[in-house]
Amino acid sequence: MKMRNKMLSLLLIAALVFVAACSNNGGTKGGSTSGGAESIYFLNFKPEIAEVYEQIAKDYEAETGVKVKVVTAAAGTYETRLKSEIAKSEPPTIFQINGPIGYNAWKDYTLDLKDTKLYSYLSDKSLAVTEGDGVYGIPYVVEGYGIIYNNAIMEKYFALPNKATNVSSMEEVNNFDTLKAVVEDMQANAETLGIKGVFASTSLSAGEQWRWQTHLANLPLFYEFNDAEGYESTVLAGLDANEIQFTYGNNFKNIFDLYINNSTVKPTLLGSKSVADSMAEFALGQAAMVQNGNWAWNEIANVGGNVVNQEDIKFLPIYTGVAGEEKQGLAIGTENYLAINNKVSEAKQQASIAFLEWLFSSDKGKAYVTNDLGFIAPFNTFTEDEKPADPLAAEVLNWMNKDTIAIAWTFAAFPSEDFKNDFGDALLEYAQGTKTWDEVKTIVVESWKKEKAK
Amino acid sequence: MQKMIKKYFALFALPTLLAFIVAFVVPFVLGIYLSFTEFTTVTDAKWIGLSNYVKAFQDQDFVNALWFTAKFTIVSVISINVLAFLLALLLTQKVLGRNVFRTVFFMPNLIGGIVLGYIWQLMINGVLYQFEVTLTSSAKYGFWGLVILMNWQLIGYMMVIYIAGIQNVPKEQLEAAKIDGASNGIILRKIILPLVMPSITICLFLTISNSFKLFDQNLALTAGAPSKQTAMLALDIFNTFYSKAGFEGGGQAKAVMFFVMVALIVVVQLGITRRREIES
Repeated sequence: MKMRNKMLSLLLIAALVFVAACSNNGGTKGGSTSGGAESIYFLNFKPEIAEVYEQIAKDYEAETGVKVKVVTAAAGTYETRLKSEIAKSEPPTIFQINGPIGYNAWKDYTLDLKDTKLYSYLSDKSLAVTEGDGVYGIPYVVEGYGIIYNNAIMEKYFALPNKATNVSSMEEVNNFDTLKAVVEDMQANAETLGIKGVFASTSLSAGEQWRWQTHLANLPLFYEFNDAEGYESTVLAGLDANEIQFTYGNNFKNIFDLYINNSTVKPTLLGSKSVADSMAEFALGQAAMVQNGNWAWNEIANVGGNVVNQEDIKFLPIYTGVAGEEKQGLAIGTENYLAINNKVSEAKQQASIAFLEWLFSSDKGKAYVTNDLGFIAPFNTFTEDEKPADPLAAEVLNWMNKDTIAIAWTFAAFPSEDFKNDFGDALLEYAQGTKTWDEVKTIVVESWKKEKAK
Repeated sequence: MQKMIKKYFALFALPTLLAFIVAFVVPFVLGIYLSFTEFTTVTDAKWIGLSNYVKAFQDQDFVNALWFTAKFTIVSVISINVLAFLLALLLTQKVLGRNVFRTVFFMPNLIGGIVLGYIWQLMINGVLYQFEVTLTSSAKYGFWGLVILMNWQLIGYMMVIYIAGIQNVPKEQLEAAKIDGASNGIILRKIILPLVMPSITICLFLTISNSFKLFDQNLALTAGAPSKQTAMLALDIFNTFYSKAGFEGGGQAKAVMFFVMVALIVVVQLGITRRREIES
């Protein structure tokens, strides 16, 4: 008995010592890393290029001695991650906001960047997120989206002897009616063309709906806010709108119906499809078209068994049947704005700004941006030659130079994530046949009103 | 020795107590405090009183989630416990390879909820594809999908607890009853059931609290689709906190109410079943 008691006491004492040792250890560790300016922390939004940032960080440390910590949030979890990271004792010094709405959520944390060189580099100053005199978010990439198509399959269709349309090149497809005729005829000839469907599946599973509830939804609302008078841009009109009419809702329905009815899978099965599924279908040649942006190039190129040739991959604007859309171009804009955390030390703020200025103006940094990150950077430090070479980015640049009107990224004015999710949920039910189009319209209008009222 | 324990009690309880305070008491109190504030991150909060609770109550999604969770809990608690008890009865008989069966039935419980959710999503969708629908086609599918998943995961665990209970029933009593001519049904109702009441208490507690607090499986299987109709309380709270700007406090208020609800239900359940326990 006595022996056992002694053993027990010994064990307990060991436990105590262990705990004490642990806390001690933690203390010294904390002391050594809580450095001053020599470390900055960047919370990255784009998982597809996370590795490039690691490399950049290493290079920058070798060159300047400033340690850059890069953490990447998993897709779709940036806000979640930012909320928890920023509350830590070593918060991100550089983070990203998604536009005026994002600025509203984070305005207590964003530093005024008006006097930085970074802001002076910006070729079009109106792109920045501003309030009053202050500049709080600086865009670092311009992106475009539309309908990506595989020209090889299109050529095959145009060569068909029994085609029902008299369209013979993609140049002629410049409005919704032509697109619809071509797509429906292609779907009828799918077997001859060797495809499963014209459009890759319209991914509507949870968290995979952004191509529709954000990007496609942008079009009708762009046109609606474009009709509003007295505003400098559609985003400003949108931010001011407490209610929407969804006037161009039927145009949205036009293209959405075309997507889901001429696809690789039945509309009722779309609730299980993800963006990756859809990009894989395109890359494997099972579909001729897919709606996405130039950032999707990596995804297409990295699919094993990819059969799409680099020179066959082209962009088409999303036509929805709006009058005069022959002049419409791709949807070009940005939702990526860099912001500096104003709650960290002055030295860290300066070091963070210096890092960004290095990245977007030094030769080495610029090479990374153009070649590895593949950004079309909106800064005047980049010359004509310093543009990304991947086929989709090249197409975006191409369309920017054409005599067309680009669709602005008006979704920066969408009131909340919840509005988008309500929209996406309604679209899923519409595709499955459990909601009518009129119900979808009502949900969109009501949800906007509800989210604005908060 | 008693004196020693009294003297050093505080010292030796300290590590556990510290861990308990850091990992439970502090977050809990902070959580309650935050439900009365407006905040973006947990470190800067402005006191706004009860308005978060008002907001939470006005939220139709929360009420829907509450009903869905309640329905789910009732169905799954009944089915899990009935099936687990039947399995336990079966596997306390002389069945060939019963230890193997016990292990096999217990194993699903060792797999994490997210993984299970995705596996079942693939399997159920695979079947539903034949009929050209998916899990998200209707809230019905999501509901029964969750029930099946929960049953599959928890039956084995509850079975092990019931087996332990059944094995503790004294052999003499069973024998005596048999000699007196009691049928199997009577033995089950009058002897086995009353004597495994302690196991029933713990199994009901575990299944009710687990079903009510279900999150991972819900997130992985349906994520609330279609239109949040299959979102349970925990998922609704998570969504409120993260996808509505300015609603962090509202989510926190929901979470506090959620805690009170779960605690109340479980305390009532424990009270009722405890009273039915008897000494053998």
